[in-house]
Amino acid sequence: MKAWHFSENAYPYLPPAEEYESIRVTLPNRIYDPEKGAALYDRFIEEWLIAEEEGVEIMLNEHHQTATCVDPAAPLMLAALARLTRRARLLILGNPIANRRQPVRVAEEMALVDVLSRGRLEAGFVRGVPYEISAANSNPVRSHEREWEALDLIIKAWTHHDGPFSHEGRFFHHRMINIWPRPYQQPHPPIWISTTSPSGAARVGARGFVQATFLTGFEGTRAVFDAYRRGWREAGRGADVPIHRLAYAALVYAAPSEAEAHAGAEKLLWYITSNKVPPHFANPPGYVPVEAGLRMARGGVHPLSAFRNKATVEGAIGAGILFAGTPDQVYRQLKKVYDHVGGFGHLLIMGQAGFLEHEDTVRGIRHFAREVYPRLKEEFPDTAVSGAA
Amino acid sequence: MDRTTITIAGAEIEVFDSGGPAAADPILYLHAGRGFRPDRRYVGLLAERHRLVAPSHPGFGGSSLPDWLDAVDDVAYLTLELVERLGLDRVGLVGSSLGGWIAAEIAAKTPAWLNKLVLVAPVGVKLGPPDRLDIPDIFAMPQEELHRLLHHDPEAMREEPSQMSDADLRIMIRNWETLALLCWEPYMHNPKLPHRLHRVRVPTLLLRGAGDGLVSADYVAGYARLFPAARVETIASAGHLPQLEQPEAFAAKVLSFLEG
Repeated sequence: MKAWHFSENAYPYLPPAEEYESIRVTLPNRIYDPEKGAALYDRFIEEWLIAEEEGVEIMLNEHHQTATCVDPAAPLMLAALARLTRRARLLILGNPIANRRQPVRVAEEMALVDVLSRGRLEAGFVRGVPYEISAANSNPVRSHEREWEALDLIIKAWTHHDGPFSHEGRFFHHRMINIWPRPYQQPHPPIWISTTSPSGAARVGARGFVQATFLTGFEGTRAVFDAYRRGWREAGRGADVPIHRLAYAALVYAAPSEAEAHAGAEKLLWYITSNKVPPHFANPPGYVPVEAGLRMARGGVHPLSAFRNKATVEGAIGAGILFAGTPDQVYRQLKKVYDHVGGFGHLLIMGQAGFLEHEDTVRGIRHFAREVYPRLKEEFPDTAVSGAA
Repeated sequence: MDRTTITIAGAEIEVFDSGGPAAADPILYLHAGRGFRPDRRYVGLLAERHRLVAPSHPGFGGSSLPDWLDAVDDVAYLTLELVERLGLDRVGLVGSSLGGWIAAEIAAKTPAWLNKLVLVAPVGVKLGPPDRLDIPDIFAMPQEELHRLLHHDPEAMREEPSQMSDADLRIMIRNWETLALLCWEPYMHNPKLPHRLHRVRVPTLLLRGAGDGLVSADYVAGYARLFPAARVETIASAGHLPQLEQPEAFAAKVLSFLEG
């Protein structure tokens, strides 16, 4: 198993949540203090470097117009990390390509970072979360279709080496495509896709990309991974799905004592409890299928949103979205999810959030890396097969 | 009264056709973003005196949405073809809100069958400065706020989703989705339309509910000036959808204009 330190680069110095309508989209940026923001960037970068020092890989993402993630241009941060690190794999998960108007530009940015890091890029792509629709002024309808057309165009831009080609598709038009540089890794960097829906995962499986899913717990994760494995097999990729095609993102905090670990984990719950977003931004028209919209109109609530109002460390551990405790407890909590969902080869660690201070974050990274990670590597080898009966 | 389906360019269009008085000129009604419901009072009032034909736009009601379709002008072309398939002539074209935009696009193509044009709180043009939306952003506000902007008397017009059937809720959700597809960007307008409306030579009436919180009086007045021969009338005690809040006054104004 490979572990990745993922920091969302949140800006936690906010007024009480009762005083604003939404932490995303509309929160005025006068609240953001650039001095404090600069110090936060220093700090988050240092934490990534400590993760590398401890043998943990690096993951980052991007979001827009939100205090939950002040990294709206992840390729820029990725370029900085490419120069500051030497060994770690660099996972961007991901580029929100249903909202990027120019896929070829994304291909260029990723190729540049791949060369800059001498082939350490893991290139992740996402559709973009619903609240980003406004920030990108992007039509929420047909965003899946845009995402997949953009991805195919990016792959072609990376792999076509004989001079310009053209693309006249349903959503994107581009003549004279001939990117410089081309990627360092051949034929191209590993591709990751994040989706939390089984229908999306089947398609990712059919294409054989790495599938990541975030905070989907026991049942949600199993549904996504089952769909991936089904898609993989139905596409004729063989009966065995390599374990390193599947990734799970959870909140993780390991410490010498359970009490200490739970105190850290309590702060990590900020990820979930701070996500105050009104329905018109959380569920824009056409973002989910009509049937899912019908369930919401009938009062159905996303499991994570339901959890938000009564988030506890014990509850999060029980739901399989948090692994926290002593090294042995973390191992056993993770193994329970691992066994239930059929196994995964990447643990994406949401190891910093909100007011988890630098020292506590670093302690969590180091303790995980030294006391938990070796056991994960040994017991969940990269050569395993996912979903083996 | 009948609902049929007519397939045009890959779109299966659900069409309501009242049949009725053959002697009078037909009315083609183009619905707003909320879709078309034949059980509304204004429908009966118009259909008493005229044949009323009302398609559900692609992606609304029972009409399919072909992959290629993503713009209001696409709907205009399908509707042009629909009228010819039905053999309608001397048509009074009435469009509400989104339907008004579609009607304006159609009128700019100067079809020979068009006799008179009625736009009810139409959207479709951009008249104000770049840093201010002409139409409030309906996709960036709570449903309750939208409800208040839509109606003169929000309490009287309240419809609880919990009381709706699954089938009606599905239609409501899908209508909302198609509205976004068509109106997202540029928001609620076609930048080219103001430069095409000079071609509309038929008598044109713009109607607005006095309590419309989405389409302002200034907007309707400015829109009317883009036509060679348009006038504006206001319906009291009504919001964005006067046909629902004041069906009698609405029908009276429309019929008097079409029959005058």
